[in-house]
This record gives sequence, structure tokens and C-alpha cells, in this order.
Amino acid sequence: MSWIRLLRTAASPAAGGLVLAVLAGTGAAGAAVGLMAVSAWLISRAALHPPVLHLMVAIVAVRAFGLSRGVLRYAERLAGHDAALRVLERLRARVFARLAELAPAGLAGYRHADLAQRLSADVDAVLDMLTRVLLPYAVAALVGLGSVLLVGAYSPVAGLALAGGLLLVGAVVPVLQSRAARLADGRRAPLRAELAAGTVDLVHGLPDLLAYGAAGSRLAGLAESDAKLRRAEQRSSALAGVSAAVTALATGICLLVGLAAGAVAVRSGALSGELLAVVVLTPLAVFETAAVLPAAAQHFAAARASLRRLADVLSTPAPVTAPPAPVDVPDGPHTLRLEAVAAAWTPGRTVLHGVDLELLPGARVALVGPSGSGKSTVAALLVRFLDPTAGRVTLDGIDLRRIAPEQVRQVVGYLPEDAYLFDTTIAANLRVARPDATAEQLRGVLAQARLLDWIDTLPDGVETLVGEHGRALSGGQRRRLALARALLAGFQVLILDEPTEHLDDETAVALLDDLLAAAGDRTVLVITHRADIAGHVDRLVDLGRHRVPAPV
Amino acid sequence: MKPLDPRLLRYARSTRVYLAATVALGVVLAALIVAQATLLAHGITAVFLDGADLRTLTPTLVALAAVVAGRAVVAWAQETVAVRSSASVKSELRSRLLAHLAAVGPARGGDTGAVTTLITRGLDALDAYFARYLPQLVLAALVPAVVLARLLPADLTATITIALTLPLIPVFMALVGLHTEAANRRQFRLLSRLSHHFLDVVAGLTTLKIFGRAGAQVATIRRISTEQRRLTMRTLRVAFLSSLVLELLATLSVALVAVGIGLRLVSGHLDLTTALLVLILAPEAYLPLRQVGAHYHASAEGLAAAEEAFAILETPAPARGTAQAPTGTIVFDDVVVRYRDRDALRLSATIEPGQIVALIGPSGCGKSTALDVLLGFVAPDHGRVTVGGVDLGEVDPAAWRSTIAWVPQRPYLFAGSIRDNIALGGPPTRTPAPPTAFAYCFTGALPDAPAPDVTAAARLAGADGFIAELPDGYDAALGDNGAGLSAGQRQRIALARAFLRDAPIVLLDEPTANLDAGTAAEVMAAIRHLARGRTVVIAAHRPELIALADRVVDVVPQPVGVR
Repeated sequence: MSWIRLLRTAASPAAGGLVLAVLAGTGAAGAAVGLMAVSAWLISRAALHPPVLHLMVAIVAVRAFGLSRGVLRYAERLAGHDAALRVLERLRARVFARLAELAPAGLAGYRHADLAQRLSADVDAVLDMLTRVLLPYAVAALVGLGSVLLVGAYSPVAGLALAGGLLLVGAVVPVLQSRAARLADGRRAPLRAELAAGTVDLVHGLPDLLAYGAAGSRLAGLAESDAKLRRAEQRSSALAGVSAAVTALATGICLLVGLAAGAVAVRSGALSGELLAVVVLTPLAVFETAAVLPAAAQHFAAARASLRRLADVLSTPAPVTAPPAPVDVPDGPHTLRLEAVAAAWTPGRTVLHGVDLELLPGARVALVGPSGSGKSTVAALLVRFLDPTAGRVTLDGIDLRRIAPEQVRQVVGYLPEDAYLFDTTIAANLRVARPDATAEQLRGVLAQARLLDWIDTLPDGVETLVGEHGRALSGGQRRRLALARALLAGFQVLILDEPTEHLDDETAVALLDDLLAAAGDRTVLVITHRADIAGHVDRLVDLGRHRVPAPV
Repeated sequence: MKPLDPRLLRYARSTRVYLAATVALGVVLAALIVAQATLLAHGITAVFLDGADLRTLTPTLVALAAVVAGRAVVAWAQETVAVRSSASVKSELRSRLLAHLAAVGPARGGDTGAVTTLITRGLDALDAYFARYLPQLVLAALVPAVVLARLLPADLTATITIALTLPLIPVFMALVGLHTEAANRRQFRLLSRLSHHFLDVVAGLTTLKIFGRAGAQVATIRRISTEQRRLTMRTLRVAFLSSLVLELLATLSVALVAVGIGLRLVSGHLDLTTALLVLILAPEAYLPLRQVGAHYHASAEGLAAAEEAFAILETPAPARGTAQAPTGTIVFDDVVVRYRDRDALRLSATIEPGQIVALIGPSGCGKSTALDVLLGFVAPDHGRVTVGGVDLGEVDPAAWRSTIAWVPQRPYLFAGSIRDNIALGGPPTRTPAPPTAFAYCFTGALPDAPAPDVTAAARLAGADGFIAELPDGYDAALGDNGAGLSAGQRQRIALARAFLRDAPIVLLDEPTANLDAGTAAEVMAAIRHLARGRTVVIAAHRPELIALADRVVDVVPQPVGVR
């Protein structure tokens, strides 16, 4: 998808507001030009001492222009920003929806900080694109055209000079500048990303860095990235200066040409003397409007780069696609099967192959194997985060690829090893699983996860904030909270990835028993490296020894 | 609001040079503006009333061309200086912020999203402040003064009109500014909150998907954005109001001056040259002030960002000791650490050199906090830790840490290769910044020490097996905080760091928690090997770890909510 299409589809619902902004802006800039032109004529005419009555129309016009400019400009800015913010709103929701579609397999190549950057900074760029690029250009084009016609009607040479000057400022300078800026921006964007990633690394990894005395060398590395970014920014400074200089030159040359050509025309009688000041001085006001164009073009390059990055995310292929005519999942009880399955997170890097697995209703199965043997990949296949590259995964005999992914995930729940806790309260983290859960239900699952006693000692109880990434909780507490959340959702099949990690042995065994009891008649697949799991389950599947179902 | 925060001069020295250059350029520009207006007025009058031809006009045209060239040069210099200065100032602030964050250490807490936003995006708000606002501010002071000085001998009435209306602009600016300042701060805080929220939601996307809540989050994001638009528009309606008043005052004054001189021309009280001079110069007197108003929003954003930076820079860094790293018995002397109004740790213990000590106790009893205190990440709120009789608070933390190898419960993996991540345990390969250079003096390690044996360390940690299976082996690039590696694999990389460190003191936080039985046995053997002749403190639950210890210290859990 190109960035232009992205912008067009996002902006079309706000088109009315944008047109209104252009009209108001044109009126405001037109008033400034009109004020200068009519005043110039008024003064020249007055120098010939006519009766004051002959000047009345001009006097009224000058006052009207003086009044209307500010008001129209205010209207332009409000209408423009409101429309642009509406566009931003839609675009942000759309990008997020896409990220949600892609996660997690489709986003394996991105860093979280980078994705958040796309969702905030890059989406904000659409605001710049509309209010700082398209709006000033539309206004300058309309007012410039009108002014060239006005001046050209009195002095074709001065009109041509004005047209040339405006094109220079509005088109030639920006093209040269954007070409150079694109170069600089292309250089700058990876440097910024590098600096951002380095900053995140430093801030999050500070304990590790300090413990190993490496904070200093990290800072030195960051200082290098920073210096590179500074140099890249400074390199573009001479260019910013050139555009300002050319703008000043263009204005000056129009004044010179206007005066010289006007002098010749007045001398030859082609131009009435009282219109000379109009021809010479009108460009002063026109260039005030056009002066913002080089800056607008600079915003253009940056905003376009951002929009392109968004278009990138929006056109990343989804790892899993919803079937055009999804088959409904029959009512439970459910049987899940992996049939000679192979899978890869990135093409060509197969982590599983020839794996068979059967989960009958109510079964308790443990999936064991050394770390890295693909245990979590099996879980990803079962919740359809990933499709197999060979073989098939079935739910009640239906290939998962024929079922809507959300439907699969209503049946099959997954508690990953690094289950995420949001920076909010304990209750809100639980309600992610079931927004309408009652206080009793929350307490019930907290009790099952053996967290309730601890929570009852907290002054804020379930309204306690868990901190960024759940940092206010201990490792064990984080695991239990994530467990409680998984229990709260009404999954009929539950996949638990290393559920007792970070818990001491005694609690771990107790928790596993509680957990399996709490699971009731649900099917449970426990992924673990613990050897002592065998006593808790019906069946042990060892991935390390390639799909040998060992009935216990 | 102060137009220029004096702290900006203190924290970013480039600002001073920039200000001097801007004032000098402003004076030249004001003189050129007056010269251009004078030449135009003379030229137009000469042609219109005196019938001058092109030849008579030539000196005026040549002078005008020179003025035009001068203005172009000044315009170029102004922009170039502004962009360069802004880049320097941002760079100075970024470097100071990062160094200060490292100096304050992990105890600072706070919102990492907001800090990252500030360092990467927030400071860019200074661009507009330096490139647009500050030069306009200088011009707004210089140009009206020079213009009025030129108009005074020419036309008293116009001079008085302009002199009376000009001061109204700063007055209105201040009035509206007072109102927008608070709104701008709110806006900036709102933006960092949003950025934090997005980071949180994006990081938790998988979890949201599992629970079928991703779709609902789309609606939430939409709702938050709508709220953001409402708040922003409310701020803008007032912020733009200031420019409305300014434009109205400036344009209306010019219109009144134009009509006034027109009427005085008719009655013969004024000549055309003077009238044209007034007409050309009147808008020039208002222009810089109007533009200051137009850039006011940008400036407030820039200063708000600077303020956030100063707030971080002014967080006091903990006092650092200077003593050399001591050796000897480690004593926890009635140490108490408080976290959020409760005791997170209460410990008295003695650890003899060469001893292997296991800290045991249920999850959350403060075992990891005890290790944090030993590392100097957390200062005891009561009591003290001494090593060989020396209070740890008096020891240079970098020197002390250089005698420690640490394996945390959740090791952080950095963007880079596996080799780089393990090599963190070895001497730094880059030119070190001063704090690390100090560490060298104490450990005796040289900056050009031979390349650390990453492979051997990985083998000891039981990590070489899975690393060899990766497509790029030791050069495999790690994703976000080790994405793509299992928790056990991450733990083993952290263990390899510790083996590489080869330090007299080893701190282990549940080192075998994430390993399968086979690997755990291998690692246990390696830990036994590593422990020989060293002081080892292990936060442990697993029996085989506890069995390894010479001595077991029970860390008593502190009742929650009780002081």
C-alpha cells in the first residue's frame, strides 16, 4: 500500500473540514495581499489630491481587509486542526487493529519500542502532513495565482517575475531541499531508532550494566549514536539556510523587477503612475504567505517517511488469515489434534517437524522436552497464532485454517511463559480475561491461584497497581496473577506454559494440584521441563524424543 | 513564562554562542529592512511624480540590489546558526540525561516510556524553539525600535499610532500565554501518558489476543484518541485566540495607519515618499512580534520539554563513596529496606570469605533485595552492610561491583549478538567512560586486555549447545530483550556472563530455576567449580542449590502493611 492511498483513505471522511480550512486560509492570505495592494493605490491616488469622496471605497476596503484577516486565519487554523485530528484518530485505530492482527508471529521482526513509535510518532505525522504541508500549499497556490493575475494585469513583466519568484520559493526550493532532506532523513531515521533502542536498553538494562561495570561503555556507545545524529542534523542546516536565502532573494528580485519594469511602463504610458506602487509593493505581502512553503516542504519529507513506515506495517503479510467462509466450531467437548505437523516462525527456520499430538476432552497431558525443542511453538499452533508449514492442526476434526482464529481462541486458552501484566490494577489485569467478571469471581480465581491471602493484606486490595510490567509484584506473584487471569476466562482447553516457573518447590507442587483441580473437566496441556510432572497428568509427551506418546 | 529559561544556558552551553550570533544578525537585518523601505519609497516617488527614467533610477536600483543580497545572506546565516545550535543543545541535553540516569541508578524508578519519549522525541520540540521562537524574540525587540527610530523624524502621527499599539501585543501575549502555559504542560503530560499506554498495550498485544480483547482495545485506543482531540482542540482554541488578537491588532493598525496617511496626503500635510515609507515600514514593525505570537505555541512546547529534562537532571544522584573495594567478611548489620511503606527486607547476617551462603525463604521475602543491597543498587534505610569492616556506603560502587559476578532472576539481554551479550561479563571492548576507567585502576585489568573467552564461558554455563544450533551461532542477533530465546536460554547467557567475569564474589539469584533437570545438573557442576575459592551468595529454593551451601540464612518474610 502506498502512503498516498493510506492518506487518502484516512482523510476522506474529514474532507469537508479540510476544504473549509483551505477557503478560510485563502480568505485570510487574500486579505493581507488586498490590504497592501489597495493601500498602495490609495496613497498614490491621494498624492494627486482628489476629493476625499473618491477614496471612500478604497478606505472601506482597507479597513475590511484589516479586520477580516485575523478572524479568517483563526477559522482556518481551528477547522484545519480539528479535521486533521479526526484523521489521526482513525489512522491510529487502524494501525493498532493491524498490529493486533499481526501479533505475535507477524511482528517477530520488530522491536516493541519501534512499534510503539509507529503507533504514536508516525501516526502523529499525519497531523503535520495535513496542517503544515497540504493546507499552506493549497492556500499559497490559490492566493499566488490571484496575485499573479492582479499584478500581471497591470505589468505583464512584473506579473511574470512574481510567478517565477513564487514557483522558485514554492516548488523549486522545496524539490531541491526535499531531495537533500530525504537523504538526511533517511540517514537520521535509523540513527533515531538506534538512539531510541539504545536508550530503552540503557534504562531497562541498567542493573545488569551497572553490575558488570558496563554502563560507561554503553554511554560511550550511546554518545557515538548521539554524535552521529547531531552531525546528521547539522548537515541539513546549510540546506535550511539556502532555502531562507533563496526566499529572501526571490522577494527582493520581484521588488527590483517590479520597480524597473514599472518605471519603464509608466514612462511609456502603458501603466498609470498611481498603479506603480501596487505593482511594486503587492509582492511584499504575497511572499509573506509563500515564505512558509519551504518549511512546509521540510515537514513533507519527514511526514511522508512516517506515513510510509505505517504503510509498511499495514502491508506486512498476516501470519494467519481468517478463512473467507469460516466453519463454526461445534459445541464441546472438544478434541485437538496435531497431525504430522511442521512449523517455522520465520520461513526456512523450522523448529518443529513430524509432530503428532492428541488432546481428548478432559485429558491432562504434559508436553516435556529440553528448552528450545519447540514446546511453545506447539502452543502457538493450537491457538492459531501460527499455521503449520506441513501437516495440519484440527479441532474436532476441522482444520484450524477453516475456523475463524478468534473462535479458536474462545475454545483454547494459552498462558504463555512471559504472560504480560498491564500497568494498571490487579482487578483490571484480571478483567482483561472477562470484562464483566464480578468481585466474587475475581476473588475466586485469586484464591485458586493462592494469591488472595496476600492481596487481602494490601491496603488497596484488588485495586493495587501492579506497576510497569508488573514490577511491583515478585516473580512468583506475577505468575500467579497471570494464572488467575487464565482461569477467569472460560476456556475449555487450557495450555499452561511453564506454569510453576519461579515458584519454590513446595508451592509449585501445591499450585499444580490446585490448578488441575480448578481446571475441572477442562482439557489441560502443561508445557514444562519439570520431571516431576508425570504424577499429575494422564499422559506425557516428550518433544525431545519426537512424539513418543508414553501412557502413564 | 520566562521566554528563556536560564537553566538552558547552564545545561547547554551552545545556547550562549547562539544568542550572541542571533542578536548581531538581528541588528544587521533591522538596518537592511529600513534601507530597503527607504529606497523603494524614493524609487516609486521618483518615477510616479518626478517622471524619472530607468537611467536616473539606476543608482537606486543598484543600492536596492545590494540590500537584497545582504538580506539573503543574513537569512541564510540565521537559519544555519539556529539549526546547528539546536542540534548541539539537544545533543548536550541527551548526553547529560543519559549519564545522569546511569548515575542515579535503578532505584530511580519512574516511567521508562516517558523518559524514552523525552530523550528521543520530546527534546525535538526545542528545534522550533531555537529555529523560530528565539530569533523572532530578538527581532521583535530590535526591529520595532529601529523602525520607529526611522519613522519618528518622518511622520509623528504614524509613529505615535504604531508606538501606542505595539506594546498592546506583548500585553495580550502575556495574558493569553498565562492561560496556555498550564494547558501546554497538561498537553505534554497527556502525550507521554498516551505514549506509555501505547507501549504497554503493544507489549501486551499477545496477551490481549489470547483473551480476545484486542478488538476491544481498538475501541479504547479510538476513545482515548477522541479524548485527546477534544483536549487538544480546547487548548488550541485558546492558543490560537492569542494569534487572533495579535493579527487583528497588527493588521488593523496597519490599515488605520494607511487610511490616516492617505487622508493627510490629500490635505497636503504629507509628501508621497514619506507616506510610502510609512506604508512599507508599518507592517515590518509588527511582523516580528506577530511571528513571535505565531511561534509561541512551539516555544511553550520546547520549554516544557526542557523543563522535563531539567527535572530529571535535578534528581539528586546518590552519594558515591570513594574508598577502594574492600575484601573480607561481609556483614549485614540489622539492615532494613523499605519499599512503599513496608519493610521489603530485614536481615542480619555474616558471610565469611570463601563461604557459600544460601539465602532461603518463600517468594517475596526479600532474597533478591538482599542481593540488590550488596550490589549497591539499593541503600539500606536502616543499618549498614560492611565488608572487612568498611561501610559499603563509603566504597566506590563501580570498584566494588568489579569484584562481583551477578546472575539476576530476570537478566536483561541487549540488542546485539549473543557474543556481545556474554562479553558484557568481560572487560569492555569500547573506549571506557571515566567511571569504568576507575574500575580498571582497582581491578588492574587493562583496556586492551585480550578478547575474553566467550566460548569457554558459554560452555561452562551450558549455553554452547543451543548457541551452536542457531543459524549464526555466537553472532546471532537478539531481538527485543532476547526475544526468540527461552527463559532458560536467557538464564544461561547470564550465567556465561558471570563465568566470564571471574570475580571473587558471586551473587546468584535462582540460577537453576529455568533449567531442565539435565542442564541443571551440568550447571550445578559448573557452579561448584566456579564457587571454589570464592565467596558465593545464592538466593535459592531448589534443594540441590541449598545442598551446595556451607551455610543457610533464613530470610524472614516481612508482614505486609506493617511497619
